[in-house]
Amino acid sequence: MSNQTRIETRNLNLRFGSAVVLKNLNMSIKSNFVTAIMGPSGCGKSTLIRTFNRLNDLIPECHIEGEVILNGMNIFDKKVDVVELRKRVGMVFQKPNPFPKSIYDNVAYGPKMHGMAHGKKLDTIVEKSLKDAALWAEVKDRLRDSALSLSGGQQQRLCIARTLSVQPEVILLDEPCSALDPAATAKIESLMVQLKKNYTVIVVTHNMQQAARVSDYTAFLYLGELMEYGEAEQVFKNPSNKLTEDFITGRFG
Amino acid sequence: MVNEQVKEKYVKIFLYFTASFSILVLIAIMFFIAIKGMGMLTVEFLTTAPYRFEYGGIYPQIIGTLYLTGVCMVFAGPIGILAGIYLSEYAPVNIITKILRFFVESLAGVPSIVIGLFGLAFLVYYMHFQISLFSGGLALGFMILPWTVRASEEAIRAVPFSYREASLALGASKWQTIKEVVAKAAAPGIVTGLLLGLGKAIGETAVVLLTAGSGLESFLPRSIFEPVASLPVYLYMIATQGHTSEAYNRAYGAALVLLGIFLVINVFASLLRNYYIKKHRVRFG
Amino acid sequence: MKRQIREAIIEKGLFLAASASIIIVMLIIIFMFAEGIRALNFDFLFGMEWWPSGEKFGIIPTVVSTFIIGLGALGIAIIIGIPCAIFLSEYSRDPIRSIIKSSVEMLVGIPSIVLGFFGLVVLVPLIRYNIGGLGESILAGWIILSIMTLPHIISISEDAMRAVPNSFREGSIALGSTTWQTTKALIIPNAKSGIFASIVLGMGNAIGETMAVLMVIGNPNIPWIPQSILDQVRVLTSTIVIEISYAIWGSMHQYSLFALGIVLFAVVSVLNLISRLIIKEEIRKRW
Repeated sequence: MSNQTRIETRNLNLRFGSAVVLKNLNMSIKSNFVTAIMGPSGCGKSTLIRTFNRLNDLIPECHIEGEVILNGMNIFDKKVDVVELRKRVGMVFQKPNPFPKSIYDNVAYGPKMHGMAHGKKLDTIVEKSLKDAALWAEVKDRLRDSALSLSGGQQQRLCIARTLSVQPEVILLDEPCSALDPAATAKIESLMVQLKKNYTVIVVTHNMQQAARVSDYTAFLYLGELMEYGEAEQVFKNPSNKLTEDFITGRFG
Repeated sequence: MVNEQVKEKYVKIFLYFTASFSILVLIAIMFFIAIKGMGMLTVEFLTTAPYRFEYGGIYPQIIGTLYLTGVCMVFAGPIGILAGIYLSEYAPVNIITKILRFFVESLAGVPSIVIGLFGLAFLVYYMHFQISLFSGGLALGFMILPWTVRASEEAIRAVPFSYREASLALGASKWQTIKEVVAKAAAPGIVTGLLLGLGKAIGETAVVLLTAGSGLESFLPRSIFEPVASLPVYLYMIATQGHTSEAYNRAYGAALVLLGIFLVINVFASLLRNYYIKKHRVRFG
Repeated sequence: MKRQIREAIIEKGLFLAASASIIIVMLIIIFMFAEGIRALNFDFLFGMEWWPSGEKFGIIPTVVSTFIIGLGALGIAIIIGIPCAIFLSEYSRDPIRSIIKSSVEMLVGIPSIVLGFFGLVVLVPLIRYNIGGLGESILAGWIILSIMTLPHIISISEDAMRAVPNSFREGSIALGSTTWQTTKALIIPNAKSGIFASIVLGMGNAIGETMAVLMVIGNPNIPWIPQSILDQVRVLTSTIVIEISYAIWGSMHQYSLFALGIVLFAVVSVLNLISRLIIKEEIRKRW
């Protein structure tokens, strides 16, 4: 699987009404690596990953040109079933957003919706997802408790488990640690590194250190344009762009 | 300057007086009805049927009112919830949605007596449903519908957008998302709204008087197409046409029971609303 | 593809449920006119006599009485309601504010028949023994109806006043004005269209109200234009309720009562429409 392109954007342009958010983006994202997209607030990084699962469709004034190729298929193609696409491209949000249901039901929600499993088999999926999200040990005795009773960090790992439960190919994480304390952040970060064994992980962050810690490939987005993209080491040690250097050395952002 | 301070004081006193007016009226009504009606609240009064106009109890009236509001909610509840879902989740921003909203508002503004006349002409005579539980309940449903629509829409709108995003991102379809996440999260709010609509239906007199029955029936309907007694119409009849103390005592008793049912529904609705608000605060806190 | 079809069907079904209000309003209009159109003629609209057994159906006295009752009740409701709204918006804090607000909300919900009954057994004797007349009177109607109209006026005008930005208040208070000076000079002028909307809406509510009024105004057999506030009167709504039960179905009497309903519906709809337009205009201006 290594070194295989999972997602590729071709001349991707996106605007909300008349406001241009993404400008002519070309990048290819590799399977089984963590790719971090960093940049200052408002640079379009969240919008970018929300195009990968077409969540921007929910915004009526959003216009998209160009292509996003997932496994060789343009996701904007008319034939594409957006519901199926979102099953394959999972997403974890900035603020933990568990459903007001039990811990178990949160994780079981996706498989149930897709008719993937029930009974014992569903239990297995829930357990495996929670284990993969490093949450099983903490919640295994209270699966029927409300998800809202968990701490912020636990809630976010629950959301990751919920995403894993439908066995996506790609996991998008939209600033997953911005609402969490440092200890919870460290747990999520190590989780991201583990997840790349089985998934393609794309994380958006405005935190440059986080990008440096977790990513194999790093992109720097500035005002909707891709300024820098390459192997993390390359980007952090030897950026080719002056703006990237300024961002990395903390001169803005 | 001193002058203005004095003026401020008098203004304040006047404002306090006007503001306490509604409380005073409310308390006066409740106490008066409670004190006068309390003596009537016997098991016999609550469990027997009226006879010879001003004697007997109000059992068929209490049950009849519950039947009527039941039929009303069977109609206005589901349609109101479905319409609320449409307006909050599906309705595009266009002229058709504007027209939909305009008519919901218009229906809310129709005087209840006009709904009663319409029920009489359409349900009773044109559709041949007769003066009956069915006609009365349905006409009440027409009256309550705008409230159930608006209450459902508001409750559904109040569900955080992040729930919808999370569900859609898992590959659930729009309807699955609404059914499994949005509607369930909005349920307490919807129920609160429906209960408030129910409170409105329970006390409605004009509509029921024209479509459901004379209020004095001493038997419960055996089918949905038979006339049915109800508390408000009973109260109206006995208070305006009975002139003996027997009649007045029964009117006080009926008014107290009606007020009691109304209060129970309202208290329950507001408890539910507080619970709902608290639950959501926990989530965000 | 099956799922897409199912989703589309569900959307259509929900749309249908949302259209129920349109269907009902249309049916109301159709049936009201179908029954009432035959009576809607010149003699009906401008006649001074309403005498069913003599086949005379003139609505002028009833309409005039309706407006006398409605306007008087509105007057009382304004005198008490607007100051109450000012109190809630400018002078009060929790918990007093929330206590008053919830009692106002409760007042809206109290079954109107109970309120009317209260009027009949408390207010009517009070007027009869202390002021004069039979007790069942315009005055009693005004008082009971003003209680019903009050909550609508309070809640909408309070919303309008609270919508005035706080910076206005701070600016004025910082200049050393009292709360009342601020209210008079800044809050009321800025909220006046909202207050006006609440008054128009209150008028619509007062005119459309049935049971509470019916119980306390006496409803003489022959409608007339009253001479004093202690006179008994008849309004549009009470005439319909009282006479519909003995009007023979298919008679001119029945058509005339439906025509009364059309007049009532038209007046109330126009008032509601005006108040809605004022509120909409206000919202548009603010954004």
